[in-house]
Amino acid sequence: MKALSHRIVRSCLKSLTLGLFFMGSGAMEVAGSEAPEGDFNPSDFIVNHIADAHEIHLFGDVHIPLPCIIYVPETGGVDFFMSSACAHGEAHQGGSGLWYTMHHGALSVHDHDPSGHGHGHDHSEHDQGHDGHDHGSHGSVDVVDLSITKSIFGMLVMMGLVLVLFGSAAKGYAKRKGQAPKGLQNVLEPMVMFIRDDIAVPSIGKKKADRYLPFLLTVFFFIFFSNLLGLIPFIGGFNITGTLGITLVLATLVFIITTVSGNKHYWGHILWPSGVPLPIKFILVPIEIASLFIKPTVLMIRLTANITAGHIIILAFTSLIFLLGAQFGSGVGLGTGVFSTLFMIFMYLIEFLVAFLQAYVFTLLAALYFGEATQEAHH
Amino acid sequence: MILLESMNAGLAGLGAGVAAIGAGIGVGRIGGSALEAMARQPEMSGDLRANMIVAAALVEGVALFAVIVCLLVTFS
Repeated sequence: MKALSHRIVRSCLKSLTLGLFFMGSGAMEVAGSEAPEGDFNPSDFIVNHIADAHEIHLFGDVHIPLPCIIYVPETGGVDFFMSSACAHGEAHQGGSGLWYTMHHGALSVHDHDPSGHGHGHDHSEHDQGHDGHDHGSHGSVDVVDLSITKSIFGMLVMMGLVLVLFGSAAKGYAKRKGQAPKGLQNVLEPMVMFIRDDIAVPSIGKKKADRYLPFLLTVFFFIFFSNLLGLIPFIGGFNITGTLGITLVLATLVFIITTVSGNKHYWGHILWPSGVPLPIKFILVPIEIASLFIKPTVLMIRLTANITAGHIIILAFTSLIFLLGAQFGSGVGLGTGVFSTLFMIFMYLIEFLVAFLQAYVFTLLAALYFGEATQEAHH
Repeated sequence: MILLESMNAGLAGLGAGVAAIGAGIGVGRIGGSALEAMARQPEMSGDLRANMIVAAALVEGVALFAVIVCLLVTFS
């Protein structure tokens, strides 16, 4: 009995230290990034950590610049530069003659040199002859932004990791035919078997599951690892699956595969459902056709909203400390710090579960839709 | 009632709260019936747990729909 309680206390201490590390990292980020700029603004803090950016902001003043690739349709040229050239109020002129500035990771395009107005917002003297400049938007200049932003960089890192992991596991299988799995295969094999036996085969059927298994596996591991990447503190806060653009692509792929592999029975069930009286058919068929498009849309929004909401909750608990500390004095901030930390640890645990769960639900629903599309006659 | 410009954000907060009520009621009912079924038939609890989680994720998706709309209202 004594040994068991001793072990429990030790593991509690370890997890508490880990949790304090998370809290400390989040808090340090806040302190480092906000101290030079005065008042703490929680909504700015949260939006900066959720939205995509053209640089990776590690902590304080440490930024990792990322390449900016801007395609200008008017001149047909491509401007290529590192974002460090236009950070911190400097303006950079690209080869096409357009000027770029970056504020807090958001790139803005101008057709003239804006650095004559100086840093910040004191442009009253210089601005007499010009109409409004918006420092945060693209103004009236039409460009196509193809840069490697933070999310794309995270995606590339994650795709490389997945390739290396699964590539080495596959090589292991080829080399050791018929033998017991060794090393990395032991981790990946149960997960792959889980997706095949518990998601693909019950929904699609044993015969046709193998055709859709590559896509289902890819989607599952993409979403799972992207969600996990977004939870790691200190590396700049990646929010890959929380951007609508990326989940839109995933949902569109599911839609395309469902539509292309739909067989006679599938379309028959949608457009002419059997066993239904005629007047109800007139109501049912438009609803079925609408649900064709609504189902992928809901897939997209469910994933985005879950991941973004999780990030916002963790950031909100962190910023609560500094908000209350700034308003009521540092004593209140310290006191809130303890409870906020515990809540944040709790939310982190839930976020780990959500990371796996959202990947599982997305893959399961995709498999269900594929199964519907390839259904056999069963009357 | 005076329509203020700043009323959007307040109403969005209210909307998010109502969405939380919806999620709470929905997931609570799912959990409740799953637990009841597990108590009646303990050997099925693995199956029941998996289905409960799937249903909870679907219901939460709808509630988060509303949260996204409120976020859009707040930030634009």
